[in-house]
Amino acid sequence: MSRRIIVPFGPQHPVLPEPIHLDLVLQDERVVEAIPSIGYIHRGLETLVAKREYPEYVYIAERTCGICSFIHGMTYCQGVEQVMNLEVPERALFLRTIWSEYSRMHSHLLWLGLFADAIGFENLFMASWRLRESVLDVLEETTGGRVIQGSCKVGGVRRDIPGETLECMVRDLEGFERDFKEIANVFLRDESIIARTRGVGVLSHGDAYHLGAVGPTARGSGVAIDLRKTGYAAYGKIHFKPVVETDGDCYARCAVRVKEVFSSIDIVRQAAAKIPEGEIEVKPKGNPNGECFSRAEQPRGELVHYVKGDGSRHLVRSRIRTPTLTNVPPLVKMLAGCELADVPVIVLSIDPCIGCMER
Amino acid sequence: MIMDADETTVIERDHLIGRVEEFKKQGYRLVQLHCTKVGDTYEINYSFDLDYQFRNLKIVVDGQTEVPSISGIYWGAFIYENEMHDLFGIRVVGMNVDFGGNLFRTAKKNPFANPTFRGEGPCPGE
Repeated sequence: MSRRIIVPFGPQHPVLPEPIHLDLVLQDERVVEAIPSIGYIHRGLETLVAKREYPEYVYIAERTCGICSFIHGMTYCQGVEQVMNLEVPERALFLRTIWSEYSRMHSHLLWLGLFADAIGFENLFMASWRLRESVLDVLEETTGGRVIQGSCKVGGVRRDIPGETLECMVRDLEGFERDFKEIANVFLRDESIIARTRGVGVLSHGDAYHLGAVGPTARGSGVAIDLRKTGYAAYGKIHFKPVVETDGDCYARCAVRVKEVFSSIDIVRQAAAKIPEGEIEVKPKGNPNGECFSRAEQPRGELVHYVKGDGSRHLVRSRIRTPTLTNVPPLVKMLAGCELADVPVIVLSIDPCIGCMER
Repeated sequence: MIMDADETTVIERDHLIGRVEEFKKQGYRLVQLHCTKVGDTYEINYSFDLDYQFRNLKIVVDGQTEVPSISGIYWGAFIYENEMHDLFGIRVVGMNVDFGGNLFRTAKKNPFANPTFRGEGPCPGE
């Protein structure tokens, strides 16, 4: 019988853009157990509520993540608005929806590029990131920021998107969709990608649900959880179906993200067609007094912002439960029994955002 | 804005396991656990979801009280329970995966129950 050894994976590793550590217990080349450690970039952002007044904290909430920053800001604002009983103008809700979907497209394209790179497909990596640039250009043009948008505020949004710009965005989506179809075909049909991902890192439907998997990690295992179906922002007025795959392997999680880019394109088109004229913000009066769990669907899955106020300008507590944190136990399950060579692909397949997770 | 109605129930610590088992039997998934320091006490929230219906259990404990782990019911709870221990010093007993205070490998000594800020005196551990 071969003896067991422990191989450290991370915190610095070529496939990891950010630091996480896994102790991989191996028997021969097979992983018997994976033990995670985090905390290498813990920033204490939640604690900063003690130093920032609640309207200012939006900037901190946004900086939780450098990829899905807009959705962090929006989810925090939703929570405070719920506590303060603020009725956000409908146009602002549609604008939030549009920016959320552009954030999703850019996040998924970023991940697709990183995934291609991890597999060793450099051209596909560059093609994905080239296309991602066009999404970032739209975010920059409409919000002023490529990565940190700063366009969400308690009570609405800071900027409007003029009608002619919206028309232009919808027109440009045609070319974007055409270009993305080419990339999508490679991700879904290329033999080498299929060989590296099919049947690798399988997470069953039951494990995905009971271990708390969210986002494409859950939907790749057939668990149709998509918080957008709760109808926050303007999603209640948009028709879409959550993208679900059932195989539970790395290929399924990749396929969910590929198909969600097409879904996002459709959602933006619908939102641009239905957005009403009107105000984009209401002024909050008083201070938040109460608590709320605000939830939204980030590119990586369900995001929870808990806010608790005591009637002062500073919140008592901001708790940010990011999708990556809750996807760690499912990741541990996926890794048990896999080949050592598959570990990088499996780790990447949950789209880990360590900056988010560390807060 | 259409959002699900949050439902929070404050319960005694001794009833926690029984209530969590009920949620599991009914098919709820675990959404999150977290801790809030309020004065000298800690509020611990356990959140669940079934078909987008959000439910929350809350217990209130002092810093010395041992809190039973729910990781025997929801295996993935270990990540939140170790986080509560490392960041707030909450003593969780019976965790299926106990990192012994080493989940968060911060350079500064944790827990951070009483944080100070840059420019406001030394950080804990200095």
